[in-house]
Amino acid sequence: MGHRKSIGLQILLLAATALGQSPSAADNSTAASAAAIAGSKENPAAVNRGAKLFAANCGGCHGANAKGGPGAPDLVRSVLVLDDEKGILIAPVLREGRPDQGMPKPNLTEPQIADIVAWLHVQTYAAGHRASYTFLDVVTGDAKKGQTYFNGAGKCSTCHSATGDLAGIGKKYEPFALQSRWLQPRSPRGATPSDSPRSAIKVTVTLPSGESVSGTLDHIDDFNVSLQDSAGEYHSFARDGLTPKVEVQDPLKAHRDLLAHYTDSDIHNVTAYLVTLK
Amino acid sequence: MNIRLFFLSASLTALAGAAFGQGLTPSTLLKQPTDNWPTYNGDYSGRRFSPLTQINSSNVHTLSLAWATRFAPAAGSAGATVPIKSTPLMVNGILYFTSPNNVWAADARTGRELWHYEYPPNTGSTIGNRGVGMYGNWLFFESPDSHLVSLDARTGKQRWKVQIADPKLDYTSTVAPVVIGNHILVGIGGDHLDNPGFLESRDPETGAVQWKWWTTPRKGEPGIETWPDEYASAHGTGQTWIPGTYDPQQNLYIVGTGNPNPVMAEKSRKGDNLYTCSIVAINADTGKLVWYFQPSPHDTHDWDAVQTPIQFDGVIDGKPRKLIAQASRNGYFFVLDRTTGKNILTKPFIETLNWAKGIDAQGRPIPDPAKYPTTDGVLVSPSSNGATNWPAPSFDPDTGLFYVGTSRPYAMYYLTDTDEHPEGWGGRDTGVGGDPGALLAIDYKTGNIVWRHEWPSGNGVTHILTTAGKLLFTANGTNLIAFDPANGKILWHAGLMAAMSAGPITYLLDGKQYLLVAAGDGLYSFTVNQPPK
Repeated sequence: MGHRKSIGLQILLLAATALGQSPSAADNSTAASAAAIAGSKENPAAVNRGAKLFAANCGGCHGANAKGGPGAPDLVRSVLVLDDEKGILIAPVLREGRPDQGMPKPNLTEPQIADIVAWLHVQTYAAGHRASYTFLDVVTGDAKKGQTYFNGAGKCSTCHSATGDLAGIGKKYEPFALQSRWLQPRSPRGATPSDSPRSAIKVTVTLPSGESVSGTLDHIDDFNVSLQDSAGEYHSFARDGLTPKVEVQDPLKAHRDLLAHYTDSDIHNVTAYLVTLK
Repeated sequence: MNIRLFFLSASLTALAGAAFGQGLTPSTLLKQPTDNWPTYNGDYSGRRFSPLTQINSSNVHTLSLAWATRFAPAAGSAGATVPIKSTPLMVNGILYFTSPNNVWAADARTGRELWHYEYPPNTGSTIGNRGVGMYGNWLFFESPDSHLVSLDARTGKQRWKVQIADPKLDYTSTVAPVVIGNHILVGIGGDHLDNPGFLESRDPETGAVQWKWWTTPRKGEPGIETWPDEYASAHGTGQTWIPGTYDPQQNLYIVGTGNPNPVMAEKSRKGDNLYTCSIVAINADTGKLVWYFQPSPHDTHDWDAVQTPIQFDGVIDGKPRKLIAQASRNGYFFVLDRTTGKNILTKPFIETLNWAKGIDAQGRPIPDPAKYPTTDGVLVSPSSNGATNWPAPSFDPDTGLFYVGTSRPYAMYYLTDTDEHPEGWGGRDTGVGGDPGALLAIDYKTGNIVWRHEWPSGNGVTHILTTAGKLLFTANGTNLIAFDPANGKILWHAGLMAAMSAGPITYLLDGKQYLLVAAGDGLYSFTVNQPPK
């Protein structure tokens, strides 16, 4: 827990230093990700300049992240900002200020105004598009405990070896991808040709005659099962209840079954351990 | 025609501009339909149960195709590949259905297209559209950019459109409007930018607002104590994107509301966050809240409680009760008294749930703070897709069972916005597995699962229809399947060209019962070829 806190603090400190320097720095709470800049279709150079200009000219009241401060509204949730296109609504406010509402007239050139507008657009885009969110640090666990779990309660070592199939895994994937991948090695849409043949689902179909065919599962539903045998030949069978007998073997079943047993600490510990397998 | 009926229909005619020749009289909606399917759920109860018996368990093996027709939006238009997610209406032999930016009318006898209305290009989300509402000869459709559009059902010509929300604030509209008397009930969606949810009643002639109910309270209103402050509540979302059900005796529109915002970052919204993730009963004439129940207090997992709250009368502890039940996205089945909203039963319907510490005295699950999203991730079941989702459940009064399509996904929930004032989603979940799920038959008296059908593949969260012909229709993958609702035995199936994408419906036309199914960009009409003499 303490460890996690200190990591969080480091991120905040990093964010504070990155602020006003590079909006593409890996901190999404004060600056937008590269994905958000790309998605918003704003000019990255303008966004970069706009970040500095906003922090220097507007951040004092609206906060460096534009989320507002005492007496100054959150601009990411501002209807005026959200409704804006190409600065038509924002630029007049940046030219004249809003003296009646306590906002002084900023001293900005037209190109500077355009840069701030670009940066604000990226902020609203970044908040509203979760696919652009940046995942934060997942390496918060205890690698030693992870190793113990790997070789003990988790029974990972039944199929895997730190010096065999998983050697160098910590080098191959960045930590977030690694955590996602070891929890669920199969791609989200099920077995695909790009998946390891090791994870292919096998099936054995036994007909009433006693004849049986085995191979890689192609499709199964309540009315049909189809497979490809070791010679690459396709077989398809109609299903009617329990006939023919169908036995499915998923080599990743252990991964699925473990989902009901992991604690979150187990998961973080195993990730911390796998990260060390450089 | 007696005098009272005459005046009723005369006044309704006046309201509708003397246009009821072929149209739908609102009072029709108060009856159990057999020769029409006049509203999203078929009738106001939300049961999706038809009393028709012509297609039944003894002849369903002869059920065969009458026609199949594709209704493709213009190639390359926004949302052109989004399937027909609307439950079609069938009124006087005409089918009315939608996809985002498109409304069609087709002859129910032949599947022939009568007209096709295309909404102008816009930047609204094209995630789906659930269909139209009908009043007289007028149809009502919500556009991706959040306009309420009224069409003339005879021609598909636009009468008018009115804006219901600003799409630039990330509002988007998918819900099928529900017609109650001369009220067009309009909901809203969109949960990416923390904008408040609402339910509105609009005038069928002009589109003017009759009343508007915000789903989160403002200063001084009851429920504001469940938010840190008015600002958090006003940005707390709680959208209304699935049609509710209506109790005519109490004049209550009962509807589920969506998740609170910021969706996965709860730091700035401590409290129960009423009336998000809630089942709310609203007076249809005044828009006033009468009662509420919250299936997911302080949700942090995107578990909208919008799933159809089904109304039925039942017996609890030997006493007749007016009930309402919901199988909620968070994995719990709830039965409430629909006159008070008081909880009668709460029971999990998937076994993998791991996010609650128990059930409180009001029957609400108690969220475990250890399962709020974190920067390094927490493992939770279900995923944000839920134990079930918007696809239509069904209640069969003959079996007394509540049917729901379910799934048991796990996900890692990550907090990505650590700011004191997070915005938008503030986090994401990534799926890490699960299984295809099951069709469940739940006893409303106990919450026990009486039978289940585990799917070998596909997504178990699918639409359901039950009938007095002792049939349950649902789908798995591209298979349309009929079950015996009493025991889960499969009685019939047929392969379609796409997965069923909307709730199946049934009706009598020329004395013959049809089953109508939307799958992808196609409609399929089935009937039995040898109706009983």
